[in-house]
Amino acid sequence: MDSELPVIKINNLNFSYHNNVVLESVNLEIRKGELASIVGPNGGGKTTLLKLILGLLQPNSGNVEVFGLPPEKARQRIGYMPQHAQLDPQFPISVLDVVLMGQIERCDRGFFGGFPSQVKITAQDSLAEVGLGDLSRKSFNELSGGQRQRVLIARALCSEPELLLLDEPTSNIDPRSEENLYETLTKLNQHMTILLVSHDLGFVSQVVKSVICVNRQVIIHPTSQINGTIIKEIYGGDFNLVRHDHRCDHTGHSHHDPFSNNQ
Amino acid sequence: MITVVITLATAITTHFQTISKINNISNMIFLNALTDPNNLFLRHALLVGLFASIAFGIIGTYVISRRISYLAGAVSHSVLGGIGGVLWLKTIFQLEWLDPLYGALLAALISAFIVGHFGHGAEKKREEIMIGATWAIGMALGVIFMDLTPGYFDITSYLFGDILLVSSRDLILIVALDIVIVLFVLRFYHKLMAICFDEEFARLRGLKVDLFYQLLLGLTAVSVVLLIRIVGIVMVIAMLTLPAATASLYTRTLSGMMLLAILFSVIAIIGGIGVSYSANLSTGPIIIVCAGVLYFFMAALKKMSNQRNNG
Repeated sequence: MDSELPVIKINNLNFSYHNNVVLESVNLEIRKGELASIVGPNGGGKTTLLKLILGLLQPNSGNVEVFGLPPEKARQRIGYMPQHAQLDPQFPISVLDVVLMGQIERCDRGFFGGFPSQVKITAQDSLAEVGLGDLSRKSFNELSGGQRQRVLIARALCSEPELLLLDEPTSNIDPRSEENLYETLTKLNQHMTILLVSHDLGFVSQVVKSVICVNRQVIIHPTSQINGTIIKEIYGGDFNLVRHDHRCDHTGHSHHDPFSNNQ
Repeated sequence: MITVVITLATAITTHFQTISKINNISNMIFLNALTDPNNLFLRHALLVGLFASIAFGIIGTYVISRRISYLAGAVSHSVLGGIGGVLWLKTIFQLEWLDPLYGALLAALISAFIVGHFGHGAEKKREEIMIGATWAIGMALGVIFMDLTPGYFDITSYLFGDILLVSSRDLILIVALDIVIVLFVLRFYHKLMAICFDEEFARLRGLKVDLFYQLLLGLTAVSVVLLIRIVGIVMVIAMLTLPAATASLYTRTLSGMMLLAILFSVIAIIGGIGVSYSANLSTGPIIIVCAGVLYFFMAALKKMSNQRNNG
């Protein structure tokens, strides 16, 4: 147990996209075994933060380390679930083929590039883990939104990750599936670190151990002074459900301090 | 809504019956013509059509599922620039060995590389502009070069193709292309599927996404060049999209889509050659019309069966 080394460590990171500051002075540390959620308003930079952790985006300044490595070198140990809305819903692909993508880099057996049987077993197990074991032959485009979401979680699990990054796992999900997801994540958390993005604060407050409040500092539009009060207004009463074991500074930027793992 | 669909379907069916009536009569002529030893070119054309369908079906499946049909359109139209350039060089510098095919290939590969570079990631937003620019500038250059070249060129066969004029060399090249495409797809089927379905995820898993994407575009470009002989620069995009789009209505896997697309392409080409021979019309356009009618007919059929299933 290298409990000394944080799974994710972000130092003084700044990121802007076309001169729009998305994230400013971000410091964040996620320790092994944590189950943390990133919350914040739409456009606040939540997905951007995930993509920086994955090395899909490069920070303008500051740095990101995952398992003490640059993100590009740590990717193999990360399972990632993107928002399914960004995928073509008409694409002809079976559920099992989607899940197998979790280890697509190992699809090299023989001339015809088949998957090793171990990967196929992992894929089936991952599907079973999200409760869709009997749908592997189905077509991805026949599934409901919630089922697709879970298939993508299974794909992330098929990567056999030590760190799981989930972008909006609760969107498009009905209350019963949400309950299942809650159980699944809690179970998975026993052997992997989980960081998820959610704006469903009811869900967050039930599941996660710590909450990371992400909000870009808007310097191009000085009229929108984003602060803790506005976040409360955006989220209404639900916001109170979140355990405030994190710190929001008064300017309300992306403000991440290492969170103490709550007892 | 239902009535509209039914009316449409009836219209298409009637249309189809008319066509098949013509076909029945002309089939006799066509079949006799096929067996006539003097009509070697006709059998040749059919053979070319069959082999071309393999490329149309497989590459078309990627074009449809990756949604790059306009990219393929830009590549095919830019080919005219290459052909024009080579014709000009050939005449001015009397380079007898120079074949328009080389120019076409070069232009297609260059434009595929240009548009492909803008096809994903941060540059995605500029892709559309690059497609439009490559498309138009390629054609413009082609026309300018032909103006500069002394003598007269009939560019209709480049623009609209003529399967009846396809040479043995073209046939060999198309077979070679088929072999390359089939091997490439067999070898990288899952990886290509992953890249087409979710490029970002494939990149995270360490696949060389950009390399594969450029290879796929390169293959598309080469296919476009060789297939232009059949249906021409202007219409090759239709054969790369319609059969695969028709197939996508009836299949849920990429491989199934490829096989069905090949089948629909064969039907369109054989039907097109038959009708055009019997009715004495240009082959390329008839092939395209066949592919189009097939698409709308199958789409209507699918819609009707869906409505029946939903009560």
